[in-house]
Amino acid sequence: MAEPSTRPPASGHDKLMIGQSAAGIWLAHAVLILGILIVAFPIYYTFVASTHSLQTILRPPLPLLPGDRFVENYWEALFGGVGRIGGVPVGTLLLNTTIVALGIAVGKIIISILSAYAIVFFRFRGRMFFFWLIFITLMLPVEVRILPTYKVMVDLGLIDTYTGLIVPLIASATATLLFRQFFLTIPGELVEAARVDGAGPWRFFKDILLPLSRTNIAALFVILFIYGWTQYLWPLLVTNRNDMNTIVIALKKMISFADADTEWHLVMVTSMLAIVPPILVVVLMQRWFVRGLVETEK
Amino acid sequence: MATVDLKDVRKVYPGGVEAVKGVSIAIPDKALCVLVGPSGCGKSTLLRMIAGLETISAGSCAIDGKVVNAIGPTERDIAMVFQNYALYPHMKVYDNMAYGLRNRGTPKDEIDRRVRSTAKTLELEHLLERRPRELSGGQRQRVAMGRAIVRNPKVFLFDEPLSNLDAKLRGQMRVEIKNLQRSLGVTSVYVTHDQLEAMTLADVLVVMNAGLVEQSGAPLDIYEKPASTFVASFIGAPPMNLLPLRSGQFEGAVTLPAVPGNAATLGFRPEDCEVRVEAGGIAADGALRLLARVEGVEPVGAESFLYCQAAGGRIVVRVPGRTELQAGDQLPVFARREKLHFFGSDGKRV
Ligand SMILES: Nc1ncnc2c1ncn2[C@@H]1O[C@H](COP(=O)(O)OP(=O)(O)O)[C@@H](O)[C@H]1O
Ligand SMILES: [Mg+2]
Repeated sequence: MAEPSTRPPASGHDKLMIGQSAAGIWLAHAVLILGILIVAFPIYYTFVASTHSLQTILRPPLPLLPGDRFVENYWEALFGGVGRIGGVPVGTLLLNTTIVALGIAVGKIIISILSAYAIVFFRFRGRMFFFWLIFITLMLPVEVRILPTYKVMVDLGLIDTYTGLIVPLIASATATLLFRQFFLTIPGELVEAARVDGAGPWRFFKDILLPLSRTNIAALFVILFIYGWTQYLWPLLVTNRNDMNTIVIALKKMISFADADTEWHLVMVTSMLAIVPPILVVVLMQRWFVRGLVETEK
Repeated sequence: MATVDLKDVRKVYPGGVEAVKGVSIAIPDKALCVLVGPSGCGKSTLLRMIAGLETISAGSCAIDGKVVNAIGPTERDIAMVFQNYALYPHMKVYDNMAYGLRNRGTPKDEIDRRVRSTAKTLELEHLLERRPRELSGGQRQRVAMGRAIVRNPKVFLFDEPLSNLDAKLRGQMRVEIKNLQRSLGVTSVYVTHDQLEAMTLADVLVVMNAGLVEQSGAPLDIYEKPASTFVASFIGAPPMNLLPLRSGQFEGAVTLPAVPGNAATLGFRPEDCEVRVEAGGIAADGALRLLARVEGVEPVGAESFLYCQAAGGRIVVRVPGRTELQAGDQLPVFARREKLHFFGSDGKRV
């Protein structure tokens, strides 16, 4: 189909944006590079430290280039067990933290998408009551209700279990409200079209609502995974056994007040390993929400 | 395939708004019934009650002789075309059309056959792999139609399906919908606020006002014998000229034929007027004759509309082709006896 085009003819300069000049481009790049250096240098330096022996680290200044102990240090931390945290290998900590972060992220998303679905699309008695109930819990984050929650976990015998680590952090008013706002933007006609097309509540949820929420779910998953990964206070309370620790707790425990007691090279390795999974999640999920942002589905 | 019978149907919304106040309509099999009326008169509400998307507060709705008040939209076996099309944005055109069939457990090869033949009828074949956002407004409209047709339902329901299209496309689609409905022979209810769409599409025309049926019947019958001043001014464009009568008299008329005793309003359509200097034979057979002063001229090409001030009020007069008349001209206007309409003080035809 040859349709008349209303765009101006493409010229060699059509990529230039408003106000772009050579100096401007240089300035922009300089600022960006400076920013990257400021953010990236500490991470790089941690990596460098993780590849030197403890002796090198304790004898300043620390070299600016990676050392030759990469394989040894990482092998020792991942599988050998770290003395100050009861000989638990960092591999176990990574596994624990992954389970907890995934559990929290997935659990929160399931719970909140279902409650938002109920509140937006069903008319039942006490609907607004439940909505406000959820809304009010926004004012009660974990830290505020930590003692009663701890008591409940003790009574249920959930100390040192994944359930105990995950479940109290799952209830989420924020995510419920986010999904609610999104669901409210779905046109009523679409819901009715699905009803006429013979989709019951479950089919509507599975075939229409879930695919349309994909972008929101992806973005929320990233945020919640990192939220779960970086939890500190709750895992500290609810775990006693060293092999149930999360990586953030273990990292804290590894550091002693006396420098000589601290295996700094392993601390550096653990720090490096602790930031890998969140980065992976962001990089992998980014495809989903970037695409979602580019192609508007509605 | 099916009749639709509404008996004294009412709708009271939870807030207390009575949107439909007792409507009875019998739609024969294979007929296209158009509900027309101003915005807010309850057309959509009535249609949605037939669809089962809205509960019926009182009265009954029967499809194919079976009362369906208590059953949901799925079991009613209806298909609906929405004003904003309501296509599933994440599904390809093919899946949009197939979705309803899949939910009903139609076998896969049967779905494929039906989707493809419907796509062929609507010339959508090359679009089957696209998503709704990659389609133009007109194409989306066709997909929405396709989604309804592919199901082969007992009744089609349309809620202002053409109101988002530009005028030219709207005209084309109007013809196409009419032809499709004829050839498929599916009983249809079509809601619109556009009287032209209503006149051209309807087998049965139902004019609604404030939750009630003002008049129903064949479109041309309604045009020729509007039952009330409301219908007279709603059907036909420009609307009928309505002039008040005072005790059977009319000040501006030079001559006025015999008037029914209880008439309070006199009406005649712009296209039923004649403008001449000489009364000729018309005056003899008891035509209305009045004097009017032209205030504005609207030439449309095939015809021109004169906006005039007569002694009794403003009137519009249609003259064929182009006209030499201009604002300020005085002219005598005639309307034949049989083209005059009289309405009582309650607005009803007498
Ligand atoms: N869900 C609703 N709740 C309350 N009142 C409504 C609702 N839907 C429509 N109405 C009211 O009912 C009347 C008829 O509406 P509608 O059937 O949409 O009119 P139309 O389609 O003829 O423009 C209007 O006064 C409207 O405000
Ligand atoms: Mg409407």
